[in-house]
Parts: sequence; C-alpha cells; structure tokens
Amino acid sequence: MTMIAYVIAYLGIAFFFIAVVARFLMWSRMPMHLRWELYPVAHEGGGRAAYGGSYLEEGDWWKKKREVSLLGELKVMVPEILFLVALKEHNRKLWTRSFPFHFGLYLVAIATILMVVGGIAGALAPAWVTAPLLKVLGILVPFCGAAGLVLGILGAVGLYQRRMGREMRDYTAPADFFNLIFFVIAFGVALLTFLLVDRDFSLVSTFVANLVTFHFVPLGGGGTATLLLSASVILLALLSAYIPTTHMSHFVGKYFAFHSIRWKDDPNLPGGAEEKTIEKMLNQPISWSAEHIKGDGKKTWLEAATEEPEDQGK
Amino acid sequence: MKEPNSVKDIAKNPGQPLARIDPLEQVPLPPPFDKLEEEPEYSQISDDAREKYVVLDDTIAVNIPKPESKEEEDRLVQGFLSGLQKLMTSEDNWTFLQPFEMSMEHCAKCHTCSDACPIYEESGKNELYRPVYRSEILRRIYFKYVKKLSPKVHGEIDLNWEVVARLIELSYRCNLCRRCAQTCPIGVDNALLSREIRKIASMEMGIAPKELHTDGSVLQLQVGSSTGMTPLVVKDNIEFIDEDTAERTGYPIETPWDVEGADLLLIHNAGEIMAWPENPGAFATVFDAAGISWTLSSEVAAYDAINYGVWYDDIQFARVAVKHAQAAKKLGVKKIVLGECGHAHKALTVIADKVLTGDLNIPRESAIVLLRDIIRSGKLEFDKSRNDFPVTLHDPCNMVRLMGIVAPQREVIEAVVPEGRFREMAPHGVENYCCGGGSGFAIMSGHNFADFRHRLTGRRKFRQILDAFQDEQMDIEQPKYVCAPCSNCKGQIRDIIQYYDAWEKAGIYYGGLVELVVNAMTNVQPGFIDWEWH
Repeated sequence: MTMIAYVIAYLGIAFFFIAVVARFLMWSRMPMHLRWELYPVAHEGGGRAAYGGSYLEEGDWWKKKREVSLLGELKVMVPEILFLVALKEHNRKLWTRSFPFHFGLYLVAIATILMVVGGIAGALAPAWVTAPLLKVLGILVPFCGAAGLVLGILGAVGLYQRRMGREMRDYTAPADFFNLIFFVIAFGVALLTFLLVDRDFSLVSTFVANLVTFHFVPLGGGGTATLLLSASVILLALLSAYIPTTHMSHFVGKYFAFHSIRWKDDPNLPGGAEEKTIEKMLNQPISWSAEHIKGDGKKTWLEAATEEPEDQGK
Repeated sequence: MKEPNSVKDIAKNPGQPLARIDPLEQVPLPPPFDKLEEEPEYSQISDDAREKYVVLDDTIAVNIPKPESKEEEDRLVQGFLSGLQKLMTSEDNWTFLQPFEMSMEHCAKCHTCSDACPIYEESGKNELYRPVYRSEILRRIYFKYVKKLSPKVHGEIDLNWEVVARLIELSYRCNLCRRCAQTCPIGVDNALLSREIRKIASMEMGIAPKELHTDGSVLQLQVGSSTGMTPLVVKDNIEFIDEDTAERTGYPIETPWDVEGADLLLIHNAGEIMAWPENPGAFATVFDAAGISWTLSSEVAAYDAINYGVWYDDIQFARVAVKHAQAAKKLGVKKIVLGECGHAHKALTVIADKVLTGDLNIPRESAIVLLRDIIRSGKLEFDKSRNDFPVTLHDPCNMVRLMGIVAPQREVIEAVVPEGRFREMAPHGVENYCCGGGSGFAIMSGHNFADFRHRLTGRRKFRQILDAFQDEQMDIEQPKYVCAPCSNCKGQIRDIIQYYDAWEKAGIYYGGLVELVVNAMTNVQPGFIDWEWH
C-alpha cells in the first residue's frame, strides 16, 4: 500500500504538470487571431483603465508612445485570482459557494508547497535554518491544510447543491457532478485523516519530505493511520491528474482568455514585426464552401479577400 | 410566456415555435409608457411564412426554407458539421481560432452572463434567449458529433436539420454586444459563439439574412454601397447636402472629392447620406471651419464605411476592409477617419488591424476623437445656450465597450452643451446597453422582425432613455435629445421612438454628436437641429 501511494503520488504530480504544460503550450501556440479585445483593458495607462478608455482616444495615436501598466494588470488579476471578484460582482449567490471552493484549493496547494519546502530544507539546510523553519511550518501547514480542506468541501457541496437547482440542472452533465463528488471524497478522506490520525500534519509532511528526498520508507503510524494516509495521498494524486484533463483547467485557459484575447490590444503598426505573421496567415489556403467564397483548399485568404465582385458568386 | 424547458428541446416539437413572448407579461416601461396594454401591438408572422420557413419563436430573421427532401435535410446537417470542423482549423479559422476554442472549452455554465443580457432580461428571462442556451447547443453538437466524445461528459443533444436551422436563427437573437463576455469570470465569450454560428451558416452553407449579405456586403462590393448608391449618385447627393446645409447654416461648404494628398480620408456610413444628411453636412461645416485638409473618396465601397462582415462572415469583412484601405492608399492620405458609425469604427480600426499590411496599413482614427481635438484646438467658438435642452448620450457598443473610446464624446458634449443639461444613462460607458440594433438588427425588418427589435432587443435602451429624462417634463413642449454617435444605433433609436410615438408623447428626439457641435457654433445661423420629426 505504501509503495503504491508513493508511485501514484509521483505519477499524479507528474501527470498534473505535464498536462498543465501541454495545455499552456496548446494555447500559446495557437495562431494569431483578429483583435477581439473588451474594455476595460487593465494594462491601459494614462488613467484610462479606470473608466475603460483606450489609446484609441488619442488623436494620431500611432505616433505616440503607448502607456502600458503592468501594475494595472496586477491590480485586477491578483484580486481576481484570490477572491474571484468578477463572480462576486455579477453572481453573488454562486460566489458564496465558488469562493470557498477555490480558496480552499489555494490553501491546500499552499500547504502542499510548504510541506515540499520543509522536506527540501530538512534534507539540505543546516539545523539552525531547519529548526525555526519547521516550527513555523508546523503552525502554517496544519492551518492552511485543514482550513483548505474544510472550505473546499463546503464549496464543493454548495456548488453541487446549486447545480441541482432548476436554473443550472439542465446545463450540468453527469461529469460535472462527478467532478464535484470527486473533490468531496478526496478532500473528505484527507480531512478525516487530519481529524483522526494526523492532527499536526506530521505524517503527511513526512510523506511529502520522503517524496522530495526519494526516501521510500513506509507511511508512518501503522494500521488505520497508514490506511487513511495512503488513501488520502492516492485520491489527491488522482484528483491532481484529473483536473487538467477537464474544463477545470480553466486556471490555465483564463490566463490566455485575458492576456491573449480580452486585453490583447497591441496595434499592428506599419512596418512592425506583426506584419510578417499576418502575411503568413493571409497566405493560408481556405476551404470554405459557400458560393461567394468557393474555397478549394488552394485559394488563399489573400486571394479571396482581394477578388473582384464578379469572381465572388452571389 | 412559452419557453423551452431544456437545451434538448431544440430538437423537439418540429414546426412549432420554442418560445413565445406575451407582451402583457413584460416589465412595464417608465412613465409615460408604463401601461402595457397601451403599448403598440406585437404583430405576428404570417401563416404563409410559418409554412415556408423554419420557425424558432415569434419572428424570423434568416428565412431558412424548410427542406423539401431528405437530401436537403441531410445537406443542412452535413454542411453545419463541415463548417464546425473548419472553425477548428488554423487554416480556415485563424481569425478566431483561439477565442473560439477558449469559449468552447471553458464555459462552466454558471449563468453569470445571463443577467447581463438585455434580450434575456427583457424577454422575462425566457430560456431561449439565455446567452448560454445557444452556446450550449453548439458545444454539445461539437463534442458529440465532431469530437465523438461521450455526452456524459459534455451533455446530450440530438441533431437533425431542424436543430441546425433553429440554431442559425437563434444566432440572430443576439446583438453581439458582448456584455455577457464582460461579466464572465473565466473569459468565455458567448456572443462570439453566436458570431461563429453565423459564420458557419454564411461561409460554409451560404445562409445569411439578405439584408446583411445580398443587399449588404455583396451590394456594397458590387455597386459601392449597401444603400445602392453608385459613385455618381453619392456625389449628387452630397452636392445637394452641401447646398441644403449651407442654406440652413448660412455657412457655405463644398465637400471635397478624391483629393490626392489630403491629410485625411473621411468615410461616412452611407446611411447618413440617405437618412440623416445633416450629419455629413455638419462634418463638412466643422472641417471647413477648422481648416482641416480632408476628402471623401468616390471609389466603390470607399464612400460607405459599413462592413457587415463583422457580424457574420470573415471573408466579406476582409474584402470590404481591403477596399477601404485601397481607396486611402490611392489618394495618398495620411489617415482614414471613420464617421459616426460604431461597427465601421471597430471593423476598420481594430479588427482589420490584423488584416492590413504594407502600404494598406494606413492609420485609422475616430471622427469623435478628431472632433474633440478640433474643439481643443480652439478654432471653433460656441454658444452653449443654443443647446439648452436635456441631452443624454448613447454609448455605441462597438465604439465604447469594444474599442475603449469613452471620454472624447463626453468632452465634446461638455464643450457644447450648457452645464446641468447632460444626463448620463445608467449604466453607461463600457457597461452600456446595446441600442438593440446591434449585429445588423437595425437594418433587418423582414416579417415582424422590427417588432422583435422594438419589444425585445431595444426595450432596455428605451427604458434607459426614459429613465435618463425622468426628472424632465415628459411631453413635446420640452424637447429632449438622445445623442447617438453611430448610424445603426441612430436608426434603431429612431425606430423605437417612432414605434412608441415618443416624440409626440414625450418630446424625445435623437441625432448624432456633430449635429450638437454645429448647433452651438457661433459662426453659423442658430437652429441647425430643426426638431422636426422625419
């Protein structure tokens, strides 16, 4: 059981990262698209972001230096990621369920990262560093871990209940219910482990330290403790692997939804670097079949766009 | 009110409407239009039309004939699936592949976007008009019939010709205002999906409303303008406008045509020339008074800024954008300035930004921004008291939410309207509501579609206008001005005012922005805005 837990933990973590990177690459390698921004654009400078203005409000805007504010983006993105501000503003009922769910996930992730840090420090750092660090982690890890599990379960149950309601039920596929049930079970077993056998998170911290130091000793505690801890580890590892294969991978997609689409307002200036990419796009063949296009897989976008009306059909 | 109970209902009850609006169940408008029973009757589509075309609800936008054979039915289904596959390729759909896939993959179906949609809201929250309803049908078709994935993961849906035809109709129940996208916590854009459905219909299946395609972009590319005006006719009309404007203002003008080397090429929505001649006349007056070096072009398509392709077809969009740029290149102007037309602004300035390269990549600017800069230059003098009437401002979605041009029009109004006379709508700016004519609706009036525009898509805007003027005397004795700096919005607002008889009953009038500017200019005769309903 112990070795299975180690193996599945590695596989789960590896699959999670591979799938996330694959998703990231998929979105980042997509071709240039036509501009489709939506205001307010958070990085717009000159005080314009506050009311949704753009550099297009300037006369002869192409002659002027654009004011782009990274701070402006952070001021929107950080609260959005942490507190789901858009949902809070536009759908308060759902936010009361979705916020604890997401914040719970963040806390569990933080607890995991802290355990990894503790494991690495324990293996590599001198005692004068490790001792106070582990003391701090001994407070932070159980707090973040337990609070995260409780919030995550409450949120998932709340979301499930909301999905059962008249308005959302018809739009919910069996897989959506499964996702939430999976969260409740995985987090529930982890919470039970905490409550019954690992109140200070020391067993799970040791397991994580073993993982990062490749020190495959049996999971501590024996009996019920080993069973619960193994079950928690396996379920959480499977959950980690599962998330990026579903629409819950929106944590990757959201970055692109905002940075590559909604806020993507870079102008194609005459003679600029983008012109070459655009020309490449325009020289792609089209196969749209309608009479006014007659794409045959050879005709290019450029040819179709510059055809005279008599060649376009009706 | 009749409404579908489920997404799956799109495949049920063949030949029957899925939704019907009972006008007596709508939320009443503010006074003096607050009695539902006194609202104009919602006309019905004819039995003949019901017999001939696919029925979705109480109106028809696209006129998709009912198939007469199994082959025709199959052609609809196969054509749709073929187009859907093409939307997923980087060759056929590089233009929107990433935004499209993003919205297909990541919708959590949380319904956060629903309340942002004025059509859904004004329909009494009829399920058919929920932004995610049509998107969900598209997603389920895609995952089940194109990707061949289990409906247990992405939801169940049946597919037949009627689903396809109804879905195409349903894509024309959305104004593409993208207010829904603005509220999405994940960045999903259900309005874009409406546009992508329209693209499948037009670019693969050759199906589009005739007002947008045959009488729209095709006519513009063939003749020069969707109004049907040839270069000769448009020059004649502008000559008449010059004379008429000079008569009204006492300020002689002569619109310059095809001036090589002019600083800027101004492109109006040709609808202004036909329906609101005071608008091009006002621009000519302002430009002349400010000493601007400008010209119009008589090249085919270049005297009409419209580009209906932005609503339904990427190729038609690109063709018109190229025509506009070619005309500017031929004249050797330094920039193109778009007149008061929202979708033309977005089409040529923003969307064509990733189409025009080399010597066609001529800078584009908004006429609103230019007006603001002319006013800032101090070359014009104003007597604000000539605009001493209540004014409210409609924010065209294309110009404001989708381009971020928010402040200049307000600065212009501040310069020409007396203090205390301007009332903002609520909400306004980038959170505005569509006029209800967006995405081509303003020019679509087949069957009873105009009633659909007035009673559903435009109702929220009319509500906002009435709310903005609620502290005013609501009769014709106190004229009130709705400033709509966009030709299509202006057409839609005109139609709503006419439908509710709001000029006679409440003194609500409408017009553009430049008209307010000329109305306040001291070097022209007073009374440029004539307050005569026409």
